[in-house]
Amino acid sequence: MSSGTSIRVGTDLVMVGQVADSIACFGDRYLRRVYTEHEIDSCGGASAGLAARFAAKEAALKVLRPTGYRPQWRSLEVRRHDGGWCSMSLSGYAAELASQAGLGELAVSLTHEEGIAGAVVVALCQDDPCREHNAGDLVSESAGAL
Amino acid sequence: MDEKIRSILSEHGRFPIDVATIGDDEDLFAAGMTSHASVNVMLALEEEFDTEFPESMLNKSTFESVTAIRTALAGLTGS
Repeated sequence: MSSGTSIRVGTDLVMVGQVADSIACFGDRYLRRVYTEHEIDSCGGASAGLAARFAAKEAALKVLRPTGYRPQWRSLEVRRHDGGWCSMSLSGYAAELASQAGLGELAVSLTHEEGIAGAVVVALCQDDPCREHNAGDLVSESAGAL
Repeated sequence: MDEKIRSILSEHGRFPIDVATIGDDEDLFAAGMTSHASVNVMLALEEEFDTEFPESMLNKSTFESVTAIRTALAGLTGS
């Protein structure tokens, strides 16, 4: 790895039962505010799969390091591919943050077991500014997520 | 309004402590509310106050304290 390259890692855990509770309590309103159509379909709407995807969104935020305004949940999408592996697809402010931080592709790994779901997101910074990056300079959009 | 906000925080915020012990200006996330729990709080507030938070307000800062939530709701509902 060259001296101008670095790595960012984010990880997060989500209790599957809490996602199930949210679905039971708020139903479609919860699903549509947090997950994309693809995310819901690709895991069959199962709480464990959705919890893993929520963990991935949180892990991605840890990689993007926003301050102040934060990307929308749905702009941090977990894409499931035919082989079963997943990748992160960014749009809107999330994509802007990644671009300005010099981040390349965000790789993601999901897991769930015994009521707990987790995700790890890793991104390669192509340029040195990644280390010097001041996220406070990136607040340029009013949209954000909780 | 504060009583309803605190009731919702107690029911959906999943705090490890009694919500009554959290000051109006205290950081709710520092007090233990997770991002996922804050989504539930937002949805419950929308139901209770018959409103919808626009995307421009869906930031941590909107839900970071009782005072912040009260201010946001007042702006949305005009009360």
